[in-house]
Amino acid sequence: MSQNNELKADSNCQLSIVNYQLSSVNCQLQLPTVNCKSISKAYGSVQALKEVSIDVEAGELYGLIGPDGAGKTTLFRILTTLILADKGTSTVGGFDVVKDYKKIRSSVGYMPGRFSLYQDLTVEENLTFFANVFGTTIEENYDLIKDIYQQIEPFKTRRAGALSGGMKQKLALSCALIHKPTVLFLDEPTTGVDPVSRKEFWGMLRNLKEQGITILVSTPYMDEASLCDRIALITNGQILKVDTPQNIVSQFDNILWGVRGNNMHKLLTDLRLHPSVESCFSFGDTLHVMLNNNALTTTALTTWLSGKGHQDVTIFPIEPNVEDCFMELTKQ
Amino acid sequence: MIKYLIEKEFKQISRNPFLPRLIMFYPLVVLLIFPWAATYEIRNINLCVVDNDHTTYSQQLTEKAVSSGYFKLTAFEPTYQQAMQQIESKRANVILEIPPHFERDLINRQSANVLIASNAVNGTVGGLSSEYMADIVTDFSSQIRHEWQQTGKEPPSVPTIEVVSQNRFNPFLNYKLFMIPAMMVLVLTIMTGFLPALNIVSEKEAGTMEQINVTPVPKFTFIFSKLLSYWLIGFFVISVSFLVAWIVYGFVPAGHLSTMYAFAGIYILAVSGMGLVISNYSDTMQQALFVIFFFMIVLILLSGLFTPVNSMPGWAQWVAAFNPLKYFIQVMRSVYMKGSGFVDLIPQFLALVGFAAFFNLWAVISYRKSN
Repeated sequence: MSQNNELKADSNCQLSIVNYQLSSVNCQLQLPTVNCKSISKAYGSVQALKEVSIDVEAGELYGLIGPDGAGKTTLFRILTTLILADKGTSTVGGFDVVKDYKKIRSSVGYMPGRFSLYQDLTVEENLTFFANVFGTTIEENYDLIKDIYQQIEPFKTRRAGALSGGMKQKLALSCALIHKPTVLFLDEPTTGVDPVSRKEFWGMLRNLKEQGITILVSTPYMDEASLCDRIALITNGQILKVDTPQNIVSQFDNILWGVRGNNMHKLLTDLRLHPSVESCFSFGDTLHVMLNNNALTTTALTTWLSGKGHQDVTIFPIEPNVEDCFMELTKQ
Repeated sequence: MIKYLIEKEFKQISRNPFLPRLIMFYPLVVLLIFPWAATYEIRNINLCVVDNDHTTYSQQLTEKAVSSGYFKLTAFEPTYQQAMQQIESKRANVILEIPPHFERDLINRQSANVLIASNAVNGTVGGLSSEYMADIVTDFSSQIRHEWQQTGKEPPSVPTIEVVSQNRFNPFLNYKLFMIPAMMVLVLTIMTGFLPALNIVSEKEAGTMEQINVTPVPKFTFIFSKLLSYWLIGFFVISVSFLVAWIVYGFVPAGHLSTMYAFAGIYILAVSGMGLVISNYSDTMQQALFVIFFFMIVLILLSGLFTPVNSMPGWAQWVAAFNPLKYFIQVMRSVYMKGSGFVDLIPQFLALVGFAAFFNLWAVISYRKSN
């Protein structure tokens, strides 16, 4: 098995060198750990993925950011060999998802969006079971899961079904890590988890990254995007942009203002009527207003709004976040 | 690897609040209660007598009917019309009308008529109760003739032919002996055909199937580990059934246990294949349950469990020919009662092997398609 791996890696290197010589673009001598080339997948008449291509480098914490129904889970299911793509090729850890699916299955960890461990087995039994089917033991890779598993170890005789949401998530992560995977696929791990646990979870992901595990994580929460090394914005089965969160934000060149007032709903509809306002969306307690020119001043806008009957309006310039960029990109 | 999978399966079964009890008690309940309840012997038939004769012989006939144990005398009515009212109000099932001059006719003409009327809303009860009554009347007449012969009153003018029937393989027409082997088949069908199917669908529904598919466990190994667990349970259950039949009813198979175990093995393959087909086409437990429910009724009714397949109309016999239950019930009954060996059961063997091959092939093909 390990010999096979080496051989495979070897041939990959040769392939990359050829690429390098021919195109001089790919300066790395290794294929990216996860590589998708124009993947398409349709469920009946619904096109879930359209020509999706992504590359995840070894050791990266890569975020797939998009709303529900964007195709994130479909892409994960293709990469974890659960379903076949209609078109396109992908490799994970150098293995083809169709031809070498067996090798992928023993070398990746997958944590589906829904808790999918045995609810009627205890915490310890679940972990032992998954260690066994991967041909390993808890002791062998204990150092990898130690930080996570220690938090649920006091409850190891409790049935998985009786755990709280946060503990279930930690158990699922432990089970996905027990065989020391090279790539970890986490499908919406923080959906339905409280803000404190979410923060804690991202801390765990950073620790895992430091141990050299490549992590591909999907999330509908834009605020989590800035915690990734690189992100791909995806919607309606298409990748909008792939870059580091910092670059994506810095490429946002419009002026962005935050606006707060008493009657937020009327404020939103009124602001959208202003000729200099490109778009206006509500973000929590603030409206994010994007301007289409830099001629407008905050005082001018305040006066304009008070003419519409809005008093006590506060306007302040803000730094764009990933969500603003996402909104801007989806509009295009 | 399969060792861990089976270990997991048994852990889960033992944790289930319902399954261990089902596995333990279902065979017991089926074998201890059903044979008593599912019987064609009809007793306690309500009898209404219309005695227009009021003589010794007419009273003797009434007494004989009641003392047979089949009939319970509920009313004496003066006229047939009033007796009919008893039937209409469901207080009686059968009317025995003894005509006037019954005794006189019997002595003078050596023959007399009686009227037997029975409520045939339930055809079986109606038919059987008038048959019982006719038997009693025939018996009564031969009894009288015997008496006359002994007392020399009247020489037998008519030579009588007595038919002595001998019931082979079940001399006392014990209905339980007929039902118990068939009940074992029913238990085995549920344990090894439908339980694993439901188990597989439940893993699909819970999403654990998907999690397992991203491990090195091959899909076929995973499903095989489930089947194997239930096969073990199936053999355990059928052994318990043999024990119950022996301890409670004193029934020991006339044939070899090994013949039954061998056939059980093939039958288990066939029904678990059928279960797999159902599981492949179902995404939820509810769907699977409805499909199983539908097939279970058809399979039981057309299996010869209660009503003999030979007395069904032609088309029903055709349908029954595709029912694996039918063949295994035949096997169990003939091994238990007639002591048939393997050679006698070759047609059933071929049919069951055919079913096993057919269902498992279908299961594999439909599984490939749905994934």
